[in-house]
Amino acid sequence: MNIVRTLAARIVGNCIRLFARAITAVRADWQGIEPVPRQRVYYSNHTSNGDMPMIWSVLPPALRREVRPVAAADYWLKNKLRAFVGPEVFNCILIDRRPEVDDKPMDKILAALDEGSSLIIFPEGNRNMTDADLLPFKAGLYNMGLARPDVDLVPTWVANLNSIMPKGEIIPLPLICTVTFGAPVHVQEGESKDAFLTRAAKALSDLKPVVTS
Amino acid sequence: MNSTTIDIIWLTIGAFGILIGFTVVGEVLRARQDSNTQNPVLETYMTRVQSWWGMVALIGFAMLTGKIGITVLFAFASFAALREFLTLTTKAQADHLSLALAFFVVLPLQYIFVAMEWAGLYAIFIPVYAFLLLPIVSALRGNATKFLIRVAETQWGLMIAVFCVSHVPALMNLDIAGYGDRAILLVTFLVMVVQLGDLLEYFFGRRIGRTKIAAGLSPKTWEGLACGVGSAMIIGGLLSWITPFGVQGAMVMAGVASLVGMFGNLVFAAIKRDRGVKDWSHLIPGQGGFVDQLDSVVFAAPIFYHLTKFFWAV
Repeated sequence: MNIVRTLAARIVGNCIRLFARAITAVRADWQGIEPVPRQRVYYSNHTSNGDMPMIWSVLPPALRREVRPVAAADYWLKNKLRAFVGPEVFNCILIDRRPEVDDKPMDKILAALDEGSSLIIFPEGNRNMTDADLLPFKAGLYNMGLARPDVDLVPTWVANLNSIMPKGEIIPLPLICTVTFGAPVHVQEGESKDAFLTRAAKALSDLKPVVTS
Repeated sequence: MNSTTIDIIWLTIGAFGILIGFTVVGEVLRARQDSNTQNPVLETYMTRVQSWWGMVALIGFAMLTGKIGITVLFAFASFAALREFLTLTTKAQADHLSLALAFFVVLPLQYIFVAMEWAGLYAIFIPVYAFLLLPIVSALRGNATKFLIRVAETQWGLMIAVFCVSHVPALMNLDIAGYGDRAILLVTFLVMVVQLGDLLEYFFGRRIGRTKIAAGLSPKTWEGLACGVGSAMIIGGLLSWITPFGVQGAMVMAGVASLVGMFGNLVFAAIKRDRGVKDWSHLIPGQGGFVDQLDSVVFAAPIFYHLTKFFWAV
């Protein structure tokens, strides 16, 4: 049974990847890092539920095997299909966001880092529905950088997904999606939380491709 | 094997012969330079030659499968071109449905009409029906911000990426006396004269080009353009045996197609410059996107189609 599930997870993963490539021609732009296996936290802007699968799809196989997206349990456990895709295809670390439950998300994240996994996180905490590039970051990114200073925190900008699949639309548009990886940031000696989060957010929004219209 | 198939095989072998020449030149230059330095111009050239190998193989194969193969190939080219174009245009969420209709309804219907040979319909479907109906779908969502810009840019994308591109396979529908099923060779003729004309325009422009045509847009020069169009006319004359035009007619048609294509390239350069991008996308290694590669063919196709129809078709 386990072998069947693992195999099914592989097949579904490849289908998602091929679908992303065929529809959005998704492409990685490695500006600040090389696509080599190294422990990293890819932190990204979040405008659509497609963001995480896009980043996951452009990572080369060796990197994809090591990466674990941090995602919301309420979304990925909503039905049986999602409960299969989230934890088993994407190998997500699921976080319970209900206010009455303290799920100790940082413990789960640090445990995954200590196992050698890389992570995909969305430091804004929620999907950004505003016209601003980014919402203010939550403290999680800073805490990770402080607790595991050797891990590279890599800004990762996903462009165009908000027009490919805006909230409330059913049909995705086949526009070209680009995932840009910037140079890694680290928490510096004595740097305050706010100063670091501002710097990290700027490193991310600087990656946004310029298209004048 | 009929004579058309044999001609296609000869043309593909000829194109491969040219590519072997290009590859050998590149490899010789590569071997002559210092082994630990890399010449970026040469590397770009070699990447381009590699992409051409792929394209010639693809078009040659599609030609051998006949009309359906060519129509499907250009339908996919349209899809890639429309995707590149609409990625850069102004749009709002209110346009989501009309854009989805452009991709998933208008585009397939246009190619179905071409495949069914309904010339009356594929000539007006996008300029009339899509032009009038898609803005209605956008307007129903009630967002007036930049409305005219949004619908105009979408329509432009459809005209270029679907209407114009579909006129390449539509060439096969032309009914020319005494030419029969050989109309598929008009596709080869158009693509070859325009692409080779572009290549030689670039080559001569680099060598002897002085007077810029539009300095703010493109490095194209009048000297390069004249040599490119002249070369296209000579190539057209040499290829006249695959056309119904006769030698002089083939030269004129090749010259017109090449000239229109080069100015089309200038138009696309203006759009890219306006949007602040260098290439339309990164789909084809070394040459940017589909639109970068096909812009001149796209521009030339409808005019080539109508001139052929006007002067030669029954």
